[in-house]
Amino acid sequence: MNLESIPLQAFLIVSSILFCIGIWGLLNSRNAVRVLMSIELMLNAVNINLMAFSSFIDNNLIQGQVFTIFVITVAAAEAAVGLAILLSLYRNRVTVDMESFNLLKW
Amino acid sequence: MSIAVTTQIVCFSVLSLVIIIGALGVILLESIVYSAFLLGGVFLSVAGLYLLLNASFVAAAQVLVYVGAVNVLIIFAIMLVNKKEDLKPIDNLKSRRVISTSICLTLLSLLIRVDLSKIWGLASPDTSIGEESTIRIGEHLFSDYLLPFEVASVLLLMAMIGAIVLARRDV
Repeated sequence: MNLESIPLQAFLIVSSILFCIGIWGLLNSRNAVRVLMSIELMLNAVNINLMAFSSFIDNNLIQGQVFTIFVITVAAAEAAVGLAILLSLYRNRVTVDMESFNLLKW
Repeated sequence: MSIAVTTQIVCFSVLSLVIIIGALGVILLESIVYSAFLLGGVFLSVAGLYLLLNASFVAAAQVLVYVGAVNVLIIFAIMLVNKKEDLKPIDNLKSRRVISTSICLTLLSLLIRVDLSKIWGLASPDTSIGEESTIRIGEHLFSDYLLPFEVASVLLLMAMIGAIVLARRDV
């Protein structure tokens, strides 16, 4: 096989694997900080997808890169608020175990 | 990009290996501190992938925001809540693991099936705008994406005030 350059599918596969790893971590982590890390992994997978499509399909207008900038902005805001919520939860419950956060359970 | 194709492929393979192994380490390692530092490595490798895609501005933003801000924030949070605690055992842990792993594997196989379909077999574009992409992003941000740009600033302000209010000690 004569490769001219890296195919688009390679980027898509890497981002799919990263996304699934993020979902697995989100479902299985007991530590709340690790749940936030998994969300960051998933956001990064989406960003890789946006950047790859922007480079391969929309090479002239690069709207995907602008979208990636916005996703990075929202991810930063999400991390700040998420960790603040985690801190106040920790202050009330003195644990970071996801199984003990059952305030909304009836 | 003006690098030879072989170099690009080698860089891509190394970066994707680091991304996948690092991400696995983030979710599987016992110590949360190791996870946080591995997460920084994953973010840096993703920035490397952006460089391979001719997006130097977004790569710089990725390093500054993710490695410089989000990762440091996570490490600070770990330091604040780092207490050794014995987790209570849950009854049906094994069946939960099996179900979630099979869901993830099914999703992964579906995604890879879609990724490998014919329509994404695109050749990389011949002409790349390269360094001009930063100028293009600036033009976008101040013309057709002006409203989202301004809304993002309001969102960041709200997030900042919200984080301060939530994390304050006397609430």
